[in-house]
Amino acid sequence: MSAADVQASPQGSPEEASPEKASSKKTSSEKTSSEKTSSEKTWHEVVLQALKRNDIRLVPYVPDRVLTTLIKSIHADPFFTTFPTAREEEAVGIVSGAWMGGLKGAVLMQTSGFATLANVLASLAMPYQIPLIMFVSERGTLGEFNYGQSLVCRTMRPVLDSLAMEHHTCTRLDEFEFIVERSIKQAITTQAPVALILSPLLTGGKVFDK
Amino acid sequence: MNTATDIPARNTKIMNRFDLTSRLVAKLKNQEAVIGGIGNTNFDLWAAGHRPQNFYMLGSMGLAFPIALGVALAQPRRRVFALEGDGSLLMQMGCLSTIATLKPENLTMIVMDNGVYQITGAQPTPAATVSDIVAIAVGCGLANSAWAADEDDFERLIEQSLSAFGPTLIGVRIDDKPGVGATRRDPVQIRERFMLGLGVRQAF
Repeated sequence: MSAADVQASPQGSPEEASPEKASSKKTSSEKTSSEKTSSEKTWHEVVLQALKRNDIRLVPYVPDRVLTTLIKSIHADPFFTTFPTAREEEAVGIVSGAWMGGLKGAVLMQTSGFATLANVLASLAMPYQIPLIMFVSERGTLGEFNYGQSLVCRTMRPVLDSLAMEHHTCTRLDEFEFIVERSIKQAITTQAPVALILSPLLTGGKVFDK
Repeated sequence: MNTATDIPARNTKIMNRFDLTSRLVAKLKNQEAVIGGIGNTNFDLWAAGHRPQNFYMLGSMGLAFPIALGVALAQPRRRVFALEGDGSLLMQMGCLSTIATLKPENLTMIVMDNGVYQITGAQPTPAATVSDIVAIAVGCGLANSAWAADEDDFERLIEQSLSAFGPTLIGVRIDDKPGVGATRRDPVQIRERFMLGLGVRQAF
């Protein structure tokens, strides 16, 4: 799918010019990810397509196990410029500069990475009114096996709330596309940061499997 | 073991931040973007004469180079300069590796190195007597990294960076003088004017 295809279909279901498209007899696994209905897509397909629909091309990240498939598929898609950074605040600086230069971005990180961001959120993203879009894979709850992770997780929402930053905890696949799509658009139109927290209820999370 | 006298940086002339910033700004003829780091680096950028393509940081210490990288990626045909202090760079050294990997040709980074946190009372940085920031940059993969020997050499390195096939980092040894001006601390206006200056926004 090209960027032009995506931009031509702002309604959230970009269609591909495929001869079989009219036939709805394909099983879910035979369809391309953009042909699937919201409930047939995986959460990471939802994120990738929402980024494309909203012309978000720059995706710096600090990796997390749960984000592995999303990161791989973003790397595999030439639409995106994506790369790892050494720290999450570095990634926030990069997407902030890029947005001021006319290129939209989003940052992927884990809970513990979010915990390093209070300074940059309060001194760059918020006061300069930058539509910083963050996807935070949530560690530290619903089966956490590392006590430190569970403590770090508890700092996240108080920091977001103390800055009155928009944030949503995404737990259900059936409402995920709605949340992602609307939140991205709200961040951009209101020039305000947003954090989308990816709960283990949505992603499966990371479990102790030694 | 390295001692202070072994470090090439100490053989370079000690210059002045405002003077060097003014020399840089005087060379800008093509609406080049300039990102001024926290504190004195952006105070002197402001004092050198406001331009619509200047961005002034009021916090987020260490992010001048990452912000400049973002601008450089968004507008590959525009030259982007970033001014950063040595103490600030120490906070975000990992960005040198990111920039070395992405290799933006249109990015010129300038490190103003006085070995102290001038603005908080001139306390020495942990790197002050032992670390060579240009050597660190080279080690991170930024091959076009050099200390400026004096003001003429600084101007020559700036010119050279304009046609470089990759990002450039210029280290300058500076004195411990405070910044000359004081940026007007209006973040929304700073950001909006910068976006106008970059042609991303139109005035209404």
